[in-house]
Amino acid sequence: MSEILEYKGVWVLVEQRRGVIQPVTYELLGKARELADSLGVEVSCLLMGFKVKDKAQELIHRQADKVYVVDDSRIEYLLEEPYTRIAADLINKYRPEILLCPATTLSRSLAARLAANLNVGLTSDCTGLDINPEDRCLLQTKPAFGGTVMTTIISKNHRPQMATVRQKAMKEAVADPQYQGEVEVLELDASFFASRAKVLEVVDEAATSINISDANVIVSGGRGMVKAENFKMLEELAKMLNGAVGASRAAVDEQWIPYSHQVGQTGKTVCPKLYIACGISGQIQHLVGMQTSDIIIAINKDPSAPIFKIANYGIVGDLFEIVPQLTKRLGDKS
Amino acid sequence: MNIIVCIKQVPDTNDIKIDPAAKRLVREGVKTMINPFDMYAIEEALRLKEKLGGKVIAMTMGPAQAESALREAISLGCDEAILLSDLAFAGSDALATSYALSQAIRKIGQFDMIFAGKQSLDGDTAQVGPGIAAILDIPQIINVRKIQEIKEGQIIAERMTEYGYEVLQAPLPCLMTVVKDINMPRLPSLKGKMKAKSTQVTVWKAADIGAEEARIGSKGSGTDVWKIVIPPARPQGKIFEGEGAVDQLVDTLKGLIK
Repeated sequence: MSEILEYKGVWVLVEQRRGVIQPVTYELLGKARELADSLGVEVSCLLMGFKVKDKAQELIHRQADKVYVVDDSRIEYLLEEPYTRIAADLINKYRPEILLCPATTLSRSLAARLAANLNVGLTSDCTGLDINPEDRCLLQTKPAFGGTVMTTIISKNHRPQMATVRQKAMKEAVADPQYQGEVEVLELDASFFASRAKVLEVVDEAATSINISDANVIVSGGRGMVKAENFKMLEELAKMLNGAVGASRAAVDEQWIPYSHQVGQTGKTVCPKLYIACGISGQIQHLVGMQTSDIIIAINKDPSAPIFKIANYGIVGDLFEIVPQLTKRLGDKS
Repeated sequence: MNIIVCIKQVPDTNDIKIDPAAKRLVREGVKTMINPFDMYAIEEALRLKEKLGGKVIAMTMGPAQAESALREAISLGCDEAILLSDLAFAGSDALATSYALSQAIRKIGQFDMIFAGKQSLDGDTAQVGPGIAAILDIPQIINVRKIQEIKEGQIIAERMTEYGYEVLQAPLPCLMTVVKDINMPRLPSLKGKMKAKSTQVTVWKAADIGAEEARIGSKGSGTDVWKIVIPPARPQGKIFEGEGAVDQLVDTLKGLIK
């Protein structure tokens, strides 16, 4: 137990894609700064990838005190084995008390392998993080069952305390070009980079240019859309609102729109600032995927649809008349 | 091919109850089902068996009643079923669960692939699959939406990301978690249902899998539940009706996106 006190500092696992630091990293840094200040410790980042060295300064500008960089062509893509090996080695060496990771698909996979490798606890998809002043423990709050309950988890006897943090749940660290920090580029021997799994190809899908996990606004369609072509009007409204298009399971199963757009129990959980549900009745399996959105607007012809029970605003009517009108009138300069 | 599918029995989404005093989900007397993502894991394992031969072992950890989830797996076509059930496992988090399942897989011995669902409905951690891969020290491919090829001891599969997908190659044995896009699960056949009734479900206790006491149950868990709060219901919304309803909605939207 006394060993726990030897662990100091808050670490952030950096998410980068093709050498570009992803905004979720800055959200983690915002929270990390706050936690570190209340604990009286430093914030460090672990940046792994290829051709990422030059990006370390961007993390310092977001108030990181220290950045550890591992830059190597063999870890250009996120592969759990080498990433775990490297992170575990550095954690055992520098002993941070907290490690925050993005709750993105690949970072969640890495965090889970890393936690099991270190034999420590991990709380996934946190939306709230605080320090308990009594014992310096990290209070990790996450929605369970799609926000039906909020659970707060602690990790009493293990260090580091690991959490993955949901995108858009924390405020970005403010950029401060004057902020001073230290960058350490690590040279590791070849054994660290070995991976049995290899990435053969990376395919971006045009339809997911704004993905629903990142979007501030989601315009979603359900069974009431009737056919695939009708999703075009949702795309137009989404474009007007700088948002993404989502869908209920019914619409995906009808193959009106790819699975990557599915919100709900067997799709993605989202919490945008604005969620517009068009022709979605609102079965519980859909609601658990979106009911923590800030504002929900429902458009449905059935006044008894359950979606209206959780909507902030609703309109009972024909979505094929209402949606194009919304798009047009939002575009009007007035 | 020896394929192991790790599944979980979860409360039916339509029947979720919370015990705030005990800080946990009420699991007694609640309708249950196989975790939805695990149905796709079972289906993919069965399809590979049908193509390549071998057998599929379904495994879960849980109370005695979790046996019904395994019988359902048998009814779909799984060949064997193993239930890890022991009071000593009670209170296990993802870490302790990963360890217990890994110990059971070691006891099974020879295997080529392990399948699991992307994540469970109740825990929602997406940690047990990668946790098993870490403890057994095998490669993992998560969020698999398609298996392209299996040959010469290598698997090529597509993992789904926020941006599209990535094609990965890994040697067997390998652990994969699957998403809904990978297949369309079958329904149980009549023959399968009969078999499910007569099949003997193997039950292993902690001692049977040589689990270290300090690594299972609450003791072996890395996390503790500190508190559970049921958030207040969303406030009563405003429904726009009649003439001018669209105008009101447009004004509201304009206000929101300002």
